[in-house]
Amino acid sequence: MARSSRRGKNEINAGSMADIAFLLLIFFLVTTTFPNDRGILFTLPPKPDPNQPPPDVTKNQRNIFKILVNSNDQLLVEDEPVRNVDAIKDQVKEFVLNNGRNPNMSDSPEEAVVSFKTDRGSSYEIFIDVLDQLDAAYNEMYGERVGMTGDKFRELRNTVKKSPEQRRLYDKARGKENGKVTFPKNISIAEPSNVGG
Amino acid sequence: MSKFQKKAKASQDIPTAALPDIIFMLLFFFMVTTVLRETDMLVSQKLPRATQLSKLEKKSLVSHLYIGTPKQTNLYGNEPKIQANDVLIEPKDLVLWVNKEKDKLDEAERDQITISLKIDEEAKMGIVSDVQQQLREANARKIMYAAPEKLDEDS
Repeated sequence: MARSSRRGKNEINAGSMADIAFLLLIFFLVTTTFPNDRGILFTLPPKPDPNQPPPDVTKNQRNIFKILVNSNDQLLVEDEPVRNVDAIKDQVKEFVLNNGRNPNMSDSPEEAVVSFKTDRGSSYEIFIDVLDQLDAAYNEMYGERVGMTGDKFRELRNTVKKSPEQRRLYDKARGKENGKVTFPKNISIAEPSNVGG
Repeated sequence: MSKFQKKAKASQDIPTAALPDIIFMLLFFFMVTTVLRETDMLVSQKLPRATQLSKLEKKSLVSHLYIGTPKQTNLYGNEPKIQANDVLIEPKDLVLWVNKEKDKLDEAERDQITISLKIDEEAKMGIVSDVQQQLREANARKIMYAAPEKLDEDS
């Protein structure tokens, strides 16, 4: 009661509120790092069973697309030196989609294997560059099978768990019938060699 | 002249009463989006760029490994090292580390663990493949090579 009679300045001075908020704002601006959890997904092969001998490789040579990298980051693709990493994508596509026409290339996409071998001295950068090209080649081939671009297919792959329609498209692209994938992505990363090469 | 001066008598200051509110809104935005780094980086990193990127669905399933040259070269040398959580480890300790990370997850999700590998582009494949072999051994087979989007200018 007595208070209300005291006329005049009764509110808190909020003029510096903005300054305080600014300080906090600047602190959070500086400390913020936007999480960037993106990258190339890859599934490693299961570890070899010590009780079983390693499986005999009975693959026909024509079904293996060989990429070798030496310790100077020089590329050898199908026994030919290659300068430009970007050329690998088209070569892989031609190789996988050969379907037996060219006797030096794969019998069918199901049989085709891309074997990628590096040296212990190769840089990680070239490894990612090549892996990126291989992924791009397969994404484009999958995309073409369902009438999409490679980028669209990549988006589909990310969201495939969300709807049955997308699941159906995804399975169609990979040629999945009766639980068997007829257009698998066979990328084999061999253990690096020890020689400097 | 006098006419103009009279007009100028109108109040000229911008009302700033709403300024704190605007600032607070910005502040809340940054507070909500901020993820404070939980690990100190002991290795320096420059990730290689790539184009075929995927996003990870469940963040809780992801564990990070960092490989790069140590920042404190006088303590740890010049060779690329593996960092897990806050310490530098050797490849042979990786199986133990993976099992510890798996223990943090629910029973049903343990085999879905994804390892995000953040590797410096200068690192050699030798250490990278050592890590891969150990991850195979530990049965953590889903891996992701973290990479930012490639810019167009160099392609």
